[in-house]
Amino acid sequence: MANPSQVDTSKPLEYQSEDGKLKILGIWAFLGAEIVLFATLFATYLSLHGQTAGGPTSQDLFEVKEFMIETILLLTSSFTCGLAVMEMRKGSKKGYLCWMLVTLLLGLGFLVMEINEFATYVSEGAGLSRSAFLSAFFALVGTHGAHVTLGIGWVLLVLYQVYKQGFTPVTARKAFITGLYWHFLDVVWIFIFTAVYLLGMVS
Amino acid sequence: MDLFNFKKPEHFFVTGEPMIYMADVLIVLTMLGIVFVLTYYKKWRWLWDEWLTTVDHKKIGIMYLISAVLMLFRGGVDAVLMRTQLALPNLKFLNAQHYNEIFTTHGTIMIIFMAMPFIFGLMNIAVPLQIGARDVAFPALNALSFWLFAAGALLFNISFVIGGSPDAGWTSYTPLAGNELDPGPGENYYLLGLQISGIGTLMSGINFLVTILKMRAPGMKLMKMPMFTWSTLITSIIIIFAFPVLTVALALLTMDRLFGAHFFTIAGDGMPMLWANLFWIWGHPEVYIVILPAFGIFSEVISTFARKRLFGYSAMVYSMVAISALSFVVWVHHFFTMGSGPWINSLFSITTMLISIPTGVKIFNWLFTLYKGRIRFTTPMLWTLAFIPTFLVGGITGVMLASAPADYQYHNSYFLISHFHYTLIGGTVFACFAGLIYWWPKMFGFKLNERLGKWSFWIFIIGFNLCFIPMYLIGLKGMPRRIYTYPAGLGWGTWNMIETIGAYLMGIGFAIFVYCIIYSIRHGERDTTGDPWDGRTLEWSTSSPAPEYNFARIPQVNEIDAFWYRKRNKAMKVEESKPLKPIHMPNKTGLPVILSIFMFIAGFGFVFEWHLIGIIGLLGVLGCLAWRSLHEDKGFYIPVDIIQQTEAKWKKVSARGKSITS
Repeated sequence: MANPSQVDTSKPLEYQSEDGKLKILGIWAFLGAEIVLFATLFATYLSLHGQTAGGPTSQDLFEVKEFMIETILLLTSSFTCGLAVMEMRKGSKKGYLCWMLVTLLLGLGFLVMEINEFATYVSEGAGLSRSAFLSAFFALVGTHGAHVTLGIGWVLLVLYQVYKQGFTPVTARKAFITGLYWHFLDVVWIFIFTAVYLLGMVS
Repeated sequence: MDLFNFKKPEHFFVTGEPMIYMADVLIVLTMLGIVFVLTYYKKWRWLWDEWLTTVDHKKIGIMYLISAVLMLFRGGVDAVLMRTQLALPNLKFLNAQHYNEIFTTHGTIMIIFMAMPFIFGLMNIAVPLQIGARDVAFPALNALSFWLFAAGALLFNISFVIGGSPDAGWTSYTPLAGNELDPGPGENYYLLGLQISGIGTLMSGINFLVTILKMRAPGMKLMKMPMFTWSTLITSIIIIFAFPVLTVALALLTMDRLFGAHFFTIAGDGMPMLWANLFWIWGHPEVYIVILPAFGIFSEVISTFARKRLFGYSAMVYSMVAISALSFVVWVHHFFTMGSGPWINSLFSITTMLISIPTGVKIFNWLFTLYKGRIRFTTPMLWTLAFIPTFLVGGITGVMLASAPADYQYHNSYFLISHFHYTLIGGTVFACFAGLIYWWPKMFGFKLNERLGKWSFWIFIIGFNLCFIPMYLIGLKGMPRRIYTYPAGLGWGTWNMIETIGAYLMGIGFAIFVYCIIYSIRHGERDTTGDPWDGRTLEWSTSSPAPEYNFARIPQVNEIDAFWYRKRNKAMKVEESKPLKPIHMPNKTGLPVILSIFMFIAGFGFVFEWHLIGIIGLLGVLGCLAWRSLHEDKGFYIPVDIIQQTEAKWKKVSARGKSITS
């Protein structure tokens, strides 16, 4: 473990301590692993997309309006998250907290819509155990949704710490890392939007 | 899914087998014995303070190694039971079901719970010391990796007395491993045990990647790192790219079994072959995860005991990089016979054969390092010298298997079994023995007895070849793997008997090794200098065992084999004149143990499909994570006078040691 109290003030706050540098590189490596995790789920989904066992297909289920709103909510949240980190760089605690709260609300809106979407499918008899296609759909989109849920909890913990302690090399590092994670979820969603929803509407 | 379903399976405690009852009695007696000893000698506090809550990479390494040796014993007992059953035609020692369970646990334990922790143990011991660091990048995460491994291993291992062992092979192929053909908790144990320890492995991969990239001593450029550190770096990258695939594969099969999903089932349009693909996309890189660090260990040992700088250092590095890249594009060779068609099979044949090129480069480099070296035949060196021809045999039979048309003949025969035992035992297990004996003085401050070590080596190596050479032959005579008995008159009987004798000899070799450890604790030669082998890399520049902070002053590195260079150039004195500074160290923490207990509870709940217990366990895990986020560890400082005392004590003992030897 590197010493968190030794700082180099020529760098942005989150990179000032050796500890911060190590943890930020660690989270990049973790995101690398997450990419492989989602890549495997995408591969599974694309292999099983046509395996509907006579049940509903993607064209039967997906609603353009629904998934477009979900997409807009999540993409906007990524933008506001970026604004929040910029406020952090400026040292504005209030700006960071405000933009992050907007981010969380947008994320929560996305999550509510997704849960609603899942509930609708299940009520239409298109649950996890209906066909291989649906198993793969729920595994991929559900894993992303679980990540968003955990992300909201994680960001809340960080917001509380920033609120209490202000920006220190430790809290700034945490804010930066949660920001990276949130953008990552957004990137994954872009692929879900393309490979699951758009592709699901045309084939 | 019913949250409040707590249905107990028919045989919660496994019954009906005298051997299992014996195991039950032994487990209870051992546990009582441990509790008694700890209580009688008032060691509970010590256990908690010094070991369970430690974040010191050296202690974590020792705990990994203890677990690995225990698992080697368990996996070895499984092997001996199998060999006993197969010694003669038509034996009734084990029934078919019991045999299935034992070959499944043997494979899974040897790969996941023996080879992996063995390698991780040695990485933990050696890598921070080799790069001149005071710990890994994330010490608490490192402890968590170990405890998650321990939780997974424990969960997997209790299956044979509670609920029943998995029985679908270590590859757990679907649809055989699905709910229809294999109901009950056995396969769930496999899925959740591997899942939990796999998460720990992924964290270790990230931890060592960051440690090696960011925490090297000043002057240690990437191309000046010791070869074992290089192999650890490359292995970490493979782990980061391979283990998430296992995580997903296990999760999907768990969803199939617990929640009625249809990924790998025949019903619901699932694809059973998808499992085989996902499993081996992880599984093939996995065998390189256990072999590349082995290559690293052999490189260190050869260079030390041939007293030469490693021949072709950069070729060694590039060939490991090439192997790691190729390891991701060969997975289909595990199922050439499953009808992928000639084009795909040809492609994977070629990629598989390509791996033999960088591996061959490494073999030649080791030979050239030996050439004109002043070789010392110590026990680690013997294991290393035995590795070269053994691995060569394993590798060349691998090239034979890589030829897809010929593989139709070898597939699932004992020829294949012998091939991968020649690589995994001849590569990984030999390296584990070599590495353990090599770094033993650094861990405990005394050497293992060389005479007993050599006895264990020779008996093991003779047993190994007696056991596995005949397997090539009977494989070519058509004996398939995974059969629990065979009729007389096929010409397999004699060979099988020889194999069984070989397996028992390996068991005796292992027993002598364990005796060697016990003997050496009392009578082993003490290592007062910190440098018992006339070593070349930085771990030998500090005392044995290394102090908590590893290095009083962070060393300056100018060359490959930095310590060797320093010894030759008398640079030691310059360094010792630098002033000491207080050293910052991480605090110990009980969180990794507690989190892993919750993970174990979650795993156990899901094994029996008691979802409420599973969810409670997972909430406990989340709670631990949140607690950690709110309690940042600021670490503490070791003051200069304590460092001075520790260093002075070592210098005094060391000086006395030198005057005795000279």
